[in-house]
Amino acid sequence: MKLHLKIWRQENKNSQGRFENYTLDDVSQDSSFLEMLDLLNEELTEKGDEPIAFDHDCREGICGMCSLVINGVAHGQNREPIKQVTVCQLHMRHFHDGETITIEPWRAQAFPALKDLIVDRTAFDIIIQAGGYVSVSTGGAAEASAIPVPKKDADVSMDAAACIGCGACVAACPNASAMLFTSAKITHLGILPQGQTERYQRVVDMVNAMDTAGFGGCTNMGECEAVCPKDISLDFIARMNGDLIKAALMGVS
Amino acid sequence: MVGIMSFPNTTIGKKVIMAISGVIWVGYLAMHMYGNLKIFGGATYFNHYAEGLRELGAPVFGHAHLLFVARIVFVGSIIAHVWAAITLNLRNKASRPVTYNQHQKLRASTATLTMIYGGVTIAVFIIYHLLHFTLGLLVHPDFDGQNAYHNVIVGFQSYAYIPAIIYLVALIALAFHLYHGTWSMFQTLGLNNKTYNNMIRSLAWAVAIVIPIGFAAVPLSVMFGILQ
Repeated sequence: MKLHLKIWRQENKNSQGRFENYTLDDVSQDSSFLEMLDLLNEELTEKGDEPIAFDHDCREGICGMCSLVINGVAHGQNREPIKQVTVCQLHMRHFHDGETITIEPWRAQAFPALKDLIVDRTAFDIIIQAGGYVSVSTGGAAEASAIPVPKKDADVSMDAAACIGCGACVAACPNASAMLFTSAKITHLGILPQGQTERYQRVVDMVNAMDTAGFGGCTNMGECEAVCPKDISLDFIARMNGDLIKAALMGVS
Repeated sequence: MVGIMSFPNTTIGKKVIMAISGVIWVGYLAMHMYGNLKIFGGATYFNHYAEGLRELGAPVFGHAHLLFVARIVFVGSIIAHVWAAITLNLRNKASRPVTYNQHQKLRASTATLTMIYGGVTIAVFIIYHLLHFTLGLLVHPDFDGQNAYHNVIVGFQSYAYIPAIIYLVALIALAFHLYHGTWSMFQTLGLNNKTYNNMIRSLAWAVAIVIPIGFAAVPLSVMFGILQ
């Protein structure tokens, strides 16, 4: 298949970016989206041009590195029946011959552009550092079933822990808000008995880190949930809000 | 954040202020709508109700005292609501300085995307409404402080029913604002989850339909000659 690509190019974080148009022939329908970009980069390298920089790592949808907005959708996954996939799991058979595809990086104040399609997602690491831990007693390994965890809570915790921190929620949110990410990280620890010690301190610290990083506020649109490759629920945002209200009433600082 | 006093500095704290001030106004609108419907009981009945508002809480509260307290609460709520809306909106705009060439909306409803425009429409309408029926200045042709029934009928009939049409347009904006606002209130206060989501959505529909229709009944009845 033949494709017309409109791709964001940017030298470095200080330079002005622009869109460049490329045409790519003989793309296999069975190749993944990232393999298609590899093919383009091969052509560019052979011509002596600078290849397009984009983030990628595992290419099996679990590392959270790939981060492209394709035709206005984070991870480009709005093509039925393709749901809950990262860019690396998106295949070219979902596009048609002769199509023009627009590829942009995540856009947010808190995710500064580094080069071409790569952005700096350190802000997420700072949020995790602020409260993404639990206190445990050191010493010999504890009996695994010493602390009973209700099955329902364990399931919710696992659903929240499925977040791979790719940042698609921020990219899709009209306010560039990181509430879905932050709430998933708060919930996956805060709902377990092991996470109770820091529960209210955690929500205060992580929300502060999120606000300080320059993310926007939540307007309950649900755009984040719609693009999330791991199906993280808006319920977690409600839970985070509830925990922060309790923390404020308890005077946690 | 240090406890409750600095809570409004956080994005979530501002949302909570919006939710609480919003729910105060939903309650107020429900009471106001119910009171308006008393106009169908005739001029004497309606004017008696309008005068009775000043005796609210009697004999514990003096003449117009509780009404004054209520006004402070409602005005304070709306100032807080607007303040939170403006500060959050500016922050949201600043959080994406470079915008997308293409940005599809997959989930967001019309009500969600028009919250700020609906809010501005309602704010402008409230000023018009106060001039029209509370103060009787500028926009009312024949205001009589002792006859609320007369003010309503004449106020809607004058200027070729344009005031009635302004009210109906504002009520459409209100319906959209209430639909997203009611659901959002539960979400923001942490009272929403999968178990109750459909129930809360249904409640949002009910609020967004019942309140504006109850309000619309009065100008529509004047326009079609049912009230005169």
